[in-house]
Formats: sequence, structure tokens, C-alpha cells
Amino acid sequence: MPKRDDIKSVMVIGSGPIVIGQACEFDYSGTQACRVLREEGIRVILVNSNPATIMTDPEFADATYIEPITTQYLELVIAKERPDALLPTLGGQTALNAAIQLDKAGILKKYNVELIGADIEAIERGENREKFRKIVQEIGAESARSHICHTMQDALDGVTELGYPVVVRPSFTMGGAGSGIAYNEEDLLRIAGLGLEASPTSEVLLEESIIGWKEYELELMRDKNDNVVVVCSIENVDPMGVHTGDSITVAPALTLTDREFQKLRDVGIDIIRAVGVETGGCNIQFAINPDDGRLIVIEMNPRVSRSSALASKATGFPIAKIAARLAIGYSLDEIQNDITAETPASFEPTLDYIVVKVPRFAFEKFPGADTTLTTTMKSVGEAMAIGRNFPEALQKALRSTEQKSAIFTWLEPRDAGEIPALIEEMKRPHDGRLTLAQRALWLGATNAQIHEATNIDPWFLDQIERINEMADQIRESRDLLAPLLFEAKSLGFSDLQIAGLRGTGETRIREIRKQLGVLPVFKTVDTCAAEFSAKTPYHYSSYDSETEVVPSERRKIIILGSGPNRIGQGIEFDYSCVHAAMTLSEAGFETIMINCNPETVSTDYDTSDRLYFEPLTFEDVMAVIDAESSAGELVGVIVQLGGQTPLGLARPLADAGVPIIGTQPEAIHLAEDREMFSRVLTEAKVPAPAHGTARSFEQAREIANRIGYPVLVRPSYVLGGRGMEIVYEEEMLKDYLEKATQINPEHPILVDRFLDDAVEIDVDALFDGTDLYLAGVMEHIEEAGVHSGDSACVLPPITLGREEIDRIRKSTHAIAAGVGVRGLINIQFALASDVLYILEANPRASRTVPFVSKATGVPIAKAAARIMAGETIASLRAIGLLPKVGDGGQLPPGSPVSVKEAVLPFGRFHGVDTVLGPEMKSTGEVMGIDSSFGVAFAKSQVAAFSGGLPTRGTAFVSLANRDKRAAIFPIKRLSDLGFDILATEGTADILQRNGIPARVIRKQFEGTGAQGQPTSVDAINNGEIDLIINTPYGVGPRKDGYEIRTAAVLRGVPCITTVQGLAAAVQGIDSLIHDQPAVKSIQEHARGVNRDGV
Amino acid sequence: MKSADPSVLVLEDGYSLVGKGFGASGNAFGEAVFSTGMTGYQETLTDPSYCGQIVVMTAPHIGNTGVNPEDGESRRMWPSGFVVRELSRVVSNWRASGTLADELEANGIVGIQGVDTRALTRHLRDRGAMRMGIFSHSTGENLMELIAAVNDSPVMLGASFTDEVTTAENYVITARGEKRATCVALDLGIKSMTPHRMSQRGIEVHVVNANTTWEEILALKPGGVFLSNGPGDPATAVGAIAIVQKALEMKIPLFGICFGNQILGRALGLETYKMQYGHRGINQPVKDLTTGKVEITAHNHGFAVRAPESLEFNTAYGRARISHICLNDNVVEGIELLDQNAFSVQYHPEAAAGPHDSDYLFDRFLEKMGSHA
Repeated sequence: MPKRDDIKSVMVIGSGPIVIGQACEFDYSGTQACRVLREEGIRVILVNSNPATIMTDPEFADATYIEPITTQYLELVIAKERPDALLPTLGGQTALNAAIQLDKAGILKKYNVELIGADIEAIERGENREKFRKIVQEIGAESARSHICHTMQDALDGVTELGYPVVVRPSFTMGGAGSGIAYNEEDLLRIAGLGLEASPTSEVLLEESIIGWKEYELELMRDKNDNVVVVCSIENVDPMGVHTGDSITVAPALTLTDREFQKLRDVGIDIIRAVGVETGGCNIQFAINPDDGRLIVIEMNPRVSRSSALASKATGFPIAKIAARLAIGYSLDEIQNDITAETPASFEPTLDYIVVKVPRFAFEKFPGADTTLTTTMKSVGEAMAIGRNFPEALQKALRSTEQKSAIFTWLEPRDAGEIPALIEEMKRPHDGRLTLAQRALWLGATNAQIHEATNIDPWFLDQIERINEMADQIRESRDLLAPLLFEAKSLGFSDLQIAGLRGTGETRIREIRKQLGVLPVFKTVDTCAAEFSAKTPYHYSSYDSETEVVPSERRKIIILGSGPNRIGQGIEFDYSCVHAAMTLSEAGFETIMINCNPETVSTDYDTSDRLYFEPLTFEDVMAVIDAESSAGELVGVIVQLGGQTPLGLARPLADAGVPIIGTQPEAIHLAEDREMFSRVLTEAKVPAPAHGTARSFEQAREIANRIGYPVLVRPSYVLGGRGMEIVYEEEMLKDYLEKATQINPEHPILVDRFLDDAVEIDVDALFDGTDLYLAGVMEHIEEAGVHSGDSACVLPPITLGREEIDRIRKSTHAIAAGVGVRGLINIQFALASDVLYILEANPRASRTVPFVSKATGVPIAKAAARIMAGETIASLRAIGLLPKVGDGGQLPPGSPVSVKEAVLPFGRFHGVDTVLGPEMKSTGEVMGIDSSFGVAFAKSQVAAFSGGLPTRGTAFVSLANRDKRAAIFPIKRLSDLGFDILATEGTADILQRNGIPARVIRKQFEGTGAQGQPTSVDAINNGEIDLIINTPYGVGPRKDGYEIRTAAVLRGVPCITTVQGLAAAVQGIDSLIHDQPAVKSIQEHARGVNRDGV
Repeated sequence: MKSADPSVLVLEDGYSLVGKGFGASGNAFGEAVFSTGMTGYQETLTDPSYCGQIVVMTAPHIGNTGVNPEDGESRRMWPSGFVVRELSRVVSNWRASGTLADELEANGIVGIQGVDTRALTRHLRDRGAMRMGIFSHSTGENLMELIAAVNDSPVMLGASFTDEVTTAENYVITARGEKRATCVALDLGIKSMTPHRMSQRGIEVHVVNANTTWEEILALKPGGVFLSNGPGDPATAVGAIAIVQKALEMKIPLFGICFGNQILGRALGLETYKMQYGHRGINQPVKDLTTGKVEITAHNHGFAVRAPESLEFNTAYGRARISHICLNDNVVEGIELLDQNAFSVQYHPEAAAGPHDSDYLFDRFLEKMGSHA
């Protein structure tokens, strides 16, 4: 009996903003689900607050609600749409928790909505630790000995039984939030305290330590007929104690015999049955004692997880797609395996290659953060690589992270005296541990020594020894002959690594390789180890004897993706790449995607005509280009959509004779080079803030003195504001340069006059060489100086008049023409004292492309791709891809107001200052959309921060002197709306003089008063504060307000750090108090817009 | 043998790959088949059904967990050759007692590593299983001679290995716990996990030489007869087929696995045929046509029973039907008689290596013996 015919409409909940532990893998899974449901003729209603997702594109659902994922807003959607069913298992923990809340609140029952893909009791059994332990026991398996705690006393009692170290895990949190390992009572009090706070049920579990054991995961699927398959096994190279999201992992499991593997499989199947996951996927984690094989079940996720996305990409088995089909009534044997197109999905994929995933961290963005890896996930992204053996997959994955420090090197001197220090350092799991192990082995440490220090399995360490031995051979061999070179390449060595070992350049190695015919072959991911022929074009390179990928005779375009997610380069860029693939395929090109990020939609084999899962380095990309150029016509490569990663390859690719389509490398360089760009600006008659380029401290000091402090300093060629700072005085400048020279020795430092109190404006535009299409004008809510990626912004701009927008359009046109843009350009302007300055121009897709597309209802990434392929704005207007008339600068009547808000990861990095500056720190974004700014802003806050803006209570205010004047009005309004105002002495004084009844509270450094009067931090910690307004001066973790902001993060109290943000928040609070909340799909918004009424 | 020594593999159609030798050295011939299991190389190598074959492992890293005294499925390793992409240099497992290379050498099995096993697998998939030779200490300069040697080696069609693999001495595996039934297992190449699974269920298993006569079997007063897996062409198993026919005449419960399934098929008058490249792996979806449920199963067969015109058919022993099929290619994976207690499956419910989804078939055999008693 196939599909159920009683389900006509399904509501799908997405996972909201990208945060650590929940990234774009849920856009991948949600997009697949939406696609499948619509194919089945089901009306899809989607709710997701994250505009940077493919799933929220209007064509993926019948009604798309970019609204906060909270019970209140979800009920509004349900009441309006009356879906037959809710599918909550594809949007991560966020969606699952939202569904539980809807059920608990009786809303599903009230509107007669059936939960499909999971039932509440099964979720409970899977996620409630006590219930889950019982199940594990009942099926005859073992859990770690443990103790459930609801209070700190419970925790202290528990540890007397279990002993230290103990693992602390809060219930119902994702990405291991709030969990950790306690080695002593002090640790326990701290971690359990945070854990009780983080758990929605105020429950934590203490567990016997199994740190250092082998760690495995299984991905399973079950259908309504009780058929169960194990899709993938994953082994963690980093043993127990490091969160699986932070571990280097490998698929399939490599160090188990069949008996041991089948035991995992049996237990896994018993668990999925006992928990009662009726249809869909789940993920189960296991630990195995390496000394005696004792098997412990760690936990399960009764939903599609991050590991499911990895498993899907690793095996070619699309878990989310199949989960969606199972949810609507199909059984596994009724679903076809896409890849073979003749065998069913009721089988277990088998791999004839090795997949390695390596996490990518961003500790450099958070000075002061603890880099120790624990059971709380800290990485912000990941890269995956496929090879025909472990060393090849590992080395490809390491270079895919684009972090030099992750790549193995063999730097002299080779001094065994270093070993003890290295071993000591690697005992602490941290982001650089594997390279330490590799170096120590190379210096002569034994496999056993490293195993003892790290508990990494000796098998993996031996594979690293193979790599080291090969490095020695390359260095020592007199000639680089074909057999040696081939062997090195088949162990994953890059030309760059070989060049380093031979003391020559990458180009030279490449030439030698080509002369000797040492070239990669391309293989296919086929789910079945070649047992059946594959129909799906999902490929990887390797050094082996047969290439099985035949290039087609079609006209093709290669799109370079953006690599692993990192702060400053994430899902937004993948979004643009996916759009390019979709629209260029439609336009008749063969689209070829190259990317290495397993979380993304771009690495779904359904997205492009061909997918190469490869590192985004010159060598790896050229290998694909060479192979694809052997037949058909390579029209060109698109580098401007994937962010800095592909942009950095533009020059070397062009030098190698590869056609780049769209904006040319010369133009990209022109925009990056200050001196050349200044000439463009002069011709375009657009002023930039006074600036200079410094190559030494003396030059920088001279420039700063000439243009006046504060100045904005940064290295050239950066994304996400890496290394950018506002410097207020010479001493800070000196400090900065000492750090900056380490960041990038080859490039000069740019010094700009920093425009205090300017309004910052972000513009995305399309240019075809003649016409400009101003796609969107966004006004920042924070002042200039906060990185545009971290700043909330609003579209259309709320304080700019038509004349100002016309000036922006003219300037944008002049700059786009001057630079020579073909495709997208993003420009940041600052408006100060009625002068429009240009801060920066980037001739590429920006982070705001998806937001602008959603806010204006125009697919600008698609339009950009078509312009790059030779079409014009006029022709795109004619075919309806762009509006017939008007642009994003003059939105038609009825257009909604959209607010984008950034989501920050400070909750993960305790002890890090939360103040915003020119260096980007956010991991994701949400969008609030409504007919007025206040409501849209309030929605964005609800979507970004749990609880959103308060509507009553106490506001604590502490202002920098320069902000006091501007803050009086909004604070007066807060007071009028019924808020109690608490302020530090100086601020209170001014507020009182303005008729605001502000009470004085002690500053932190004054300490608690003699009669126990609390300080501001005490008050925050006691939960007495509902809103914090704290505008700091300068930067640096020791500055005023650091402790206030830290307490705010820990307690989850909204904390506003700019005056502009305050004004917006007050408007939002006002609308929350006075307006009825309402929801509207983006399709309805689009229908309400009168396109002809410009 | 030093693993750096070159070695070459050659197929009968001239396809060749140069690699490095390991295990025993020498020349090995056999039918080249590929196995797609990612775990279980020790079980695979000790499975007598691989006798006369050269096994190509599609999983790239082999030997990681070494070998141990518990996972062997018979008294020795059987393939004539073993082809892997990469042999592990170290052993990492708490149960390991030795390395795979040493064990292969001790068993006289010629190994070759460092070859593109995926390319080889695709070749065998597209052109069908065929003869292969592995030649140690050679880089294939004399390729024409090697090809000729491969073409002179015996073919699988019409081959019988039963006498080679069957036990010399009959033996008994006693029932674990309370004894509930007795069966005679005709050893055509039995794996040790099979009597073990029966013993776990209270079945006493008399494992007997393949040439045991029907009278000798009857003298053991079996509640049921079991036909094991095994190598070779089922058309050659004339003796076993005759025994099955005797059992059917007497309506003694009967259960067959793999080779046993083919023998039951032939005993019922069905044909067997050699498949293009067979099924060898532990991920094969089999549908039980009675319940509609799908089992993930372990396979190792190069021959199969040809499907009759309709799922249900008449035989000299009453009505029979096809009970299981492989969902990948609709190959017959199980037969049962409707008027008596005889059934068989083409796959391996004893599952070593492989998933345990089909364990229940041993329960079914016990039930059938019980109902007969």
C-alpha cells in the first residue's frame, strides 16, 4: 500500500538560523523534503525564520512563512493554513522541540493536525535520558552508569557514586549545548549549573566517564512495515570525550570486525524499534572499550541529524528525501534508489571509498575562548572528502578546510627533543591535535606513545605514519619518478605539499606530473560499490587506474562553491551557487558544481547536472576543469558566487587559461586594490573616507595622525572583516599591527578614517555592462563600525528619502561601470552629514543576496548567473526573471518591510566579550517580515533570541557619554511603556534630569553594597533584569561593560549595544504591546505588491 | 613474501593490473568474483563456498582487525587468490591473534594489493565473472603467456568442489540447553556458524560427509535434514539431489541454504543457471513474499534457481512456491513446499559475515521439525 491519500497538506518546520550545532544540513534535508512532498502532489506549508535557505525560496513550498519558530507564530500559521499533518523531523532539534511544544499546548489537537514522521511519545523515549536508559536495558544492551539530577544536590550525590571524571549532559539540548566533563567539584558545580539552566526540563545526567573509548555512529531508517536498514556507519578518529561534530570522522567504520559491527547493528535496530520511530531516520551513538569490546549505547536522535546529512553525502543515500516519503506512507521497498534507478531503497549502501569529515573551527574570532574540545560542540563548519583510501581522504579533507595549520607539514629541524612537549600538548583534545600527532610521529615518537596520549586508534596513527614515510621518500629521493609521484598522490599529497618537500613551486610539480602522466582519475559515488551501474553523476577524484567519468559534448559551466562554513562565509554563498546551477541548467547549459561542504544543498547530487565533491584548491579544481575540457565546450567558470574561496582562485585559474565568466579577475583585483580603486572613485565622483595604505607601523601612524582617530584598520583581501578593528589611539594601533602582521605578512594594511555616527547602507546590485539593476538597499540598524554581517538591517531603508536612494543608484552604477562588473556587486556606503561615502565595494555575491531576494521577491542570484552567461538586464526583464520596470531601490506600493538580524554564538564561548565590532562574529541570520518596521523588527528579535523583546519589566541602562544625548527619547518611551529603569550613576543622573524615573544601581567594580545592595551584574544574575542597554566605548575584553554583557549572554537577557539598536528595539516593543501579531506567507506578500504601480 | 614484490593479475579476456604481492607467493587461478561487504574478510576467506575462486574485495582497506581464533567459519581459508586495494600494515583489535597476511601465507593463498579494485569490479560486472590468474614476482611482461595460462585453467560451469570441502569425519554439534530436535546436516561446504545457530535453538546437529548415503542418514533418526552452502555448479551435485528427493518422498522436514537451495530447486525439477556476476555481499534486500517484509541479507552465490512460469508451481512432491526474491534483480532467493515441511533460501541466514535479519529461519526449521515429530 503506497502513499496515504488522506494527507493533502503538510506543514514542514525548518531549523531557523544557523548556529553552532545546527547548520545548513537542515536546509539540505528540509529542501529535499519539500521537493519530495510537492512531487507527491501535497500542499507544502513551510515555516522557517532563516532567509538564507533554499527551502524558503518561494518555489519550494506552496506557502512559505518566514516567521519566528515559536509556538505563538506556529499556531497562527496552523490556524490560517489548517494543514492535515506536521512533519517535524527534518528541521533539527529546533523543529522537533517546536512540535513538542505545539503538542503540549494542545494546538495540534485543537486544529486536528497529525504529527507524521515521529510521535511525541517516541521522541520522549529517544530524548528523555531516563526513558532511553530503560529501553537500552530492556533490549539487553548497556548504557553508561549514570545518575539523573534535577538539582545541584542531586549532582553532588551522584558523583559520590560514579567518581570523577563525570560527563554532564543536559536533556533536550542540541549540539551538546551545556554539557561537559567535570574533573572535580568546582567543574561539576559550574557545568551542572549551566546544564540545569540550558535544559528546558531542568534536567541533567551525570555519566561514568568513558573518555578515550572508540566512538561510532549508525544512521538507521525504518518504515511503517518495520523494515529497518542501516544507511551508514561512522567512526570517530577522535575518541569519546570530543563531540562528534568536533571530531574528525570517517565512513565506513574501519576498525571493527563483522561480529562487532553486527552487534552495533542489532542493538541499533532493537533501539529504533523499541523507541518506536515509526517512519524515518534516526542516529545512534555508541562507545566501545578498545581493551575488551564492551559496548555502550550513548544516545539517539529520533530525527534527521547533522550526521544524517553527512551520511547521505558519504553514501549517496538521500536520507531526508526517503524520510519524507516514508512519512507519507511509502515503505522502503516502494522507493527507488535514485543512483541505480533500478534497485530499491530497502538496502544498505556499501562503500568502496573512504570518506573523511574534518571540522572547521573559528577560535581565532573569539580571543579568550577555550579551545579544548569537549562534549559541547564548538566547530562552525566542516569539510568532507572522498578518496580511495584513508590517507587520501584525510589529506583532501584537511586541505578542504582552507586552514593552513590543518595541513600536514614536515618543517625542519627534525628534533626528537620536541616530542615530550608535543605529547603533553596533545593530551588535551583541541583543534590542532592531529597535526601534533603527525609531527610527533615524524620526529620519532612511536604509535604506542601517541595512542597513549590521545587514545586515537593505532590503525589511524599508522595511516599517518604512512603519510610521514612518504614525505621522507619524496624529500630524499634523487629524482621524482612516476611510480613514487603516483604513490604520493594516492596518499593524498597535494602538489603544494610535494613542492614544499622538494623545495620547488607548485607549478613545477604540476608540470612534472603532467609530463609523467601522473593524473587523477574520477570515480562515482554509487551506494553499491559498483555492483550496479550508477545513473547519478556524483564524482570524486583519486589516483587509481581507471577513470569512469566521461565528459559530455554539451556546453558547460562550472560553479565553484564556498567550501566549509565559517564565520563570514556560510550558507548565504551556497544559496547563490545553488541558484546559478538551477537557472543555468534551465537555460540549457550543463552545470557542474565543485564543493566540499557536506552540509549544503549545492552538494546534493540533485542540484547540478554534475557534482564533483572536491577541495576548492587550484590543483583540485584544475583537475576537474582539465577532465571536463576534454569534450564539449567549457563556457566558463563562475567564481563570484561562492565568496572569498572561489574568488581567491580567479587569478590563478585565469592565468592557467581557464575562462572566467562574469566579472573578470582584473576587475576583481581593481576593486581590492586601494590605489587603483581610488581612481575609479574619483572618476565616479564618489568620495571615500580619508585613507591610506601602510606597509609599516611608521606609515600607519603617519596616516592615522593625518586623517585623525578613530581609524578603521584591516588587511586587504579579507572576508567577514577578519582582522578588522576600530582603533581609537596610537597605542591601540601599535597593538593591532603587532597582531596583524602575523595574520598576513604579504599584504599591506589599510587605514581608513572611521566615520562615527554615520548611517551605514548596504547595496546589492546587478550590472551587465550597460544597465544597472539596483537589487536592494539596506539600512543598518547598528551604526557604521559594526560588521555588516553582524548588524541588523532593514529593507527598504526606513530613514532614506527618494533623493538619497537616487544618489545611491547613480553612485552604484558609476562604480559598477568603473570596476567592470558583469553580474553582482555589493557596496557599503556610509551617510554622514549628508555626504555619501563609499566604504567598500565587492564585485561578487554578498552575504545579503538571499535576504534581498526574499525581501524584494526577485531571484537576483539567478539573474546574476544569467548575466554572467551573457544575457542582459533588459532581456531578463523581458523574460520575467527581473521585474519589467523599477528596481529594489524603488519598491512598488504594498511592499513589506523586512528586517535581517544576526545570530551570535557567544553562548558557546563563555568568557568571550559579546560586544560587536568590525570583525564579523555571527554564525547566522533571521528575517522578520511585516507591513511595518516595528513589527518586522520585533519578529526578527523573537526569531533570533529565545524570548525576543520583553514587553514589560526592568531595563538596565549604562551608556557611553557620546550616546547619552541620543538615548534619552527612546528610554523615555520605554519608561512610558511601563518599564522600570535602572541605570548606573552617571546615566541615571541624566535620565532623571530628563524626567525619567531611573533608579541607581551599583557598578560592578564598586562591588556589592554594605547592606547587600546588588551590582548591575548581580541583578542580571538574579534574574531581575529583562532588558539591557549597554553601549561600550572602544574594544577589548577588559573594557567597561564586559561583565555585564557576559552575564547577559549567560542569562539570555536581550542586550542592546548601540543607540540605533535601542531605537529599533523600542519601536519593536511598542508594536508588540499595541499590535495583534499576524503571519503572511511570502507568496501572499508577493501578490500584495503592485508591480506596475511604481 | 615481501609485500614490495610486484605481482600481476590477469583475466581470461586479457584485462590485467599490476600490484604488489602478499600472503603466499606463486601462481593462483580461479573464478574472479567480487564481494561488496565492508566487514567480515576473515569469514569470507574461511567460507568454503569460495573454493575455486579468487575473491576481489571492493572495500579498500582490508586486514585492519587482523585475524582471530573466533571468526573463522571453517578449518581453513578457501579461495585460491585474494585481491585487495590496500592491506593494513598493522592490526588493531582486542581479539586479534595475528595478521591477515601471515594467515593467508599459512593457508597458501596468493594475494595481490595495490590494484584498482573498483575498475576490476566494474569490468567483472559488465563482462561477467570469469577466470583470473595472479602471478607473483611478475609485472606481466609475458602477458600473452599469462593470458594463455588463465585460459587453460578450469572453468566454474560444471565444476564440483564438494569432495574438497566436505568434512572427512562426521561430527556432532550438541544442542545448547534442552535438546529439542536432531538434524542431519549434509556438509557441502558448511560454515561453522550454521550448526551454531541451530545448536543455540536446541537442535543437535550431525554434520556428515557429503557422500553419506541416505541409509546412513536415516540411521541417525533425524527430525530434519539440512543442506548447507557450498562451492561449485549445483548441476554436478547429483548425490545430494538424490538425497533430497528421498527426504521429500518421506516428507522429512528439510532446510537448505545457498547451494542447498539450488539442490532443492533441482530436486523439484527446476533449472539452475550461472549468473552474470552473482551476488556477493552483506547488503542484499530480500523480500519474503509471504509477509511482504524486507530482510537485509548476506549473499554468496554465482548460480541461481531459474524462476518457474508462476510463483506457485506443481512438483512431484506436491505444490511449491517461490517464497523469497532479491529486490535488486528479482532473482529467486527462496523456495518452499506447500504440502510438506521443506524450504530453502539462496542467502545466508547464519550470517557470518552479515546482518542477522534472517535468524528466524532457524526457528522456522525447528518448528517444522517439531510439527513433524
